Amino acid sequence: MSEPRSLDPKEGRARIKRVPFPLTEEQASRPRLPFMRRPFMKRSMVQLTLVRFREFIREPEAVFWTFIFPILLAAGLGIAFRQRGPDKVQVGVVTGLAGTGAVVQSLARDSTLVVTTYDDSAAARALRTGKVALLVVPGSAKDSVRYVYDRGRSEAVNARLMVDRAVQNGAGRVDAVRATDTYVTEAGSRYIDFLIPGLLGMNLMGSSIWGLGFSIVTARSKKLLKRLMATPMSRAQYLLSYLCSRLVFLILEVVTLVGFGHWAFGVPLRGSLATLLLICLLGAVSFGGLGLLTASRARTTEAVSGIMNFIMLPMWIFSGVFFSSANFPHAVQPFIKLLPLTAVNDALRANMLEGASFAAVTPQMLVILVWGVVTFFAALKLFRWR
Amino acid sequence: MVTPLDNSAPALRVEGLRKAYDDVVAVDGLNLQVETGECFGLLGPNGAGKTTTIEICEGLLAADSGSVEVLGRHWESDARDLRELLGIQLQDTQLSEKLTVDETLTLFQSFYRDARDVGEVVDHVDLGEKRYSRVGGLSGGQKQRLAVACALVGNPQLLFLDEPTTGLDPVSRRQLWDLIAKFQAEGKTIVLTTHYMEEAERLCDRVAIVDHGRVIAQGTPRDLIESVDVSHLPPPEPRTTSVTLEDVFVSLTGRTLRDE
Repeated sequence: MSEPRSLDPKEGRARIKRVPFPLTEEQASRPRLPFMRRPFMKRSMVQLTLVRFREFIREPEAVFWTFIFPILLAAGLGIAFRQRGPDKVQVGVVTGLAGTGAVVQSLARDSTLVVTTYDDSAAARALRTGKVALLVVPGSAKDSVRYVYDRGRSEAVNARLMVDRAVQNGAGRVDAVRATDTYVTEAGSRYIDFLIPGLLGMNLMGSSIWGLGFSIVTARSKKLLKRLMATPMSRAQYLLSYLCSRLVFLILEVVTLVGFGHWAFGVPLRGSLATLLLICLLGAVSFGGLGLLTASRARTTEAVSGIMNFIMLPMWIFSGVFFSSANFPHAVQPFIKLLPLTAVNDALRANMLEGASFAAVTPQMLVILVWGVVTFFAALKLFRWR
Repeated sequence: MVTPLDNSAPALRVEGLRKAYDDVVAVDGLNLQVETGECFGLLGPNGAGKTTTIEICEGLLAADSGSVEVLGRHWESDARDLRELLGIQLQDTQLSEKLTVDETLTLFQSFYRDARDVGEVVDHVDLGEKRYSRVGGLSGGQKQRLAVACALVGNPQLLFLDEPTTGLDPVSRRQLWDLIAKFQAEGKTIVLTTHYMEEAERLCDRVAIVDHGRVIAQGTPRDLIESVDVSHLPPPEPRTTSVTLEDVFVSLTGRTLRDE
């Protein structure tokens, strides 16, 4: 290997044909932007946040999964589990007996009873297969009747009471006490009322974790993060821009989902809206920390997808999104209560359904806050900037 | 504030630079000096340590040992100033496809204290017609010119270009040469890596040939050509010109530029 030879750089330069820089005088005289007094829209924080907006809005799938999908899910589940008034009770009556006609007539007066007549063998089969909850076998004389049913099924016991009342009344019994009924439907106790806060919590978690995790890792895998690191860009502003855009989209998410639930299903909003928004805000910021943590090391979007599912799936199941977390054994309840999504869901339900004040949901807020602070600092510590 | 530049100092001085990855020594005692106002080329086969060297100079990698002085400053103490003063194009950056050219440049512009006007930079890199088009719809050459525009928008004193023309068609390559020459004509400094001898001969005032993490020869392209005895090399094809930089390269490294 030969030694590096140092040569006068001036020698070689004469060879280069200089192309005059094509600045017009007007361009050349234009003042540079003074950094501290630059227009609002030219500030790096604003520009970074705008980029987040643009990247989100120009990804139709992201818009669908964030805004449309939760509404479709709420609508579908809300309709599937809506309340349809008292359930009809299926009752069978054996035909060909002396009392059959009178019994059928009596039962027909109660609109909650659906009466089907069977001959002997078909009747036994209908009971066995659950087509009817109870079988009425009229006696050979008009003043007796026999009920065949499974005493262990509450539905059958209920049918027994209803059928017997109808039969007795039909035969001329008069109630000793005159009773009237007032029917109520309590908004707040239906499935949709349970579901909407859960979906909101799930959505806050999903969009924070996907929104941050995916786009940061994409920027890293495309070496865009590395390129940005070579500019004077502030790292704090880069991360804050995700938070800023999340908060704006957060308001949209809350308004669309809660608004839809309230408008379409009459889901109650018993707590103050300010508290509701505050819970959402804290939740979104805290999940932002979790999103940052999921994105802190991964180099590929495949890797980060796996991590995100690993983090979110347990919470979808345990944190009471679609069904109450009280269904899980007593022993694991303390752990479930410490999951951030459980805390958010509990706080949202307390606010919307029970009208709880912010003070009343302080324990949940503390859980959320601790998660946010711990994950955020862990993420900063671990973050791979290149 | 950015302190005034001392134009008498070399734009870049690298001494005894070493950088090892797990088991590979990428840069092994490399020395370089680039004067202000020159266009300096780093040539070498793939894996020679060019990109590692350039990324250390850009402040993106830390060296194991050795010293790097860029525009009279050091990364340890003046990182913020240096980021203001350097323009950088990396080999494999993919800019966000969903943004337009204008939005991308406005974003980069917002990071710098003394930035150039976006319209002016768009004209400089000849992307005027595509200013409001999405990056995803640009051709390879246009994307590469945008990458250089992102480096120019901060109004840099020193431009680092890592294989700026690799994979481009001849027309796009010439467009990039033009804009590099325009930048140099402002009296500013360029350090670039390339695989193309023709490019180095045409653009660079001086070149350094790097292999195994060291500089094995440097000088003006002409001097290097004159210094090498190529009589032992088989003539690859009937020659129209005498010796080319390619011959120098093969003679020194025993390989062609494209060899791994």
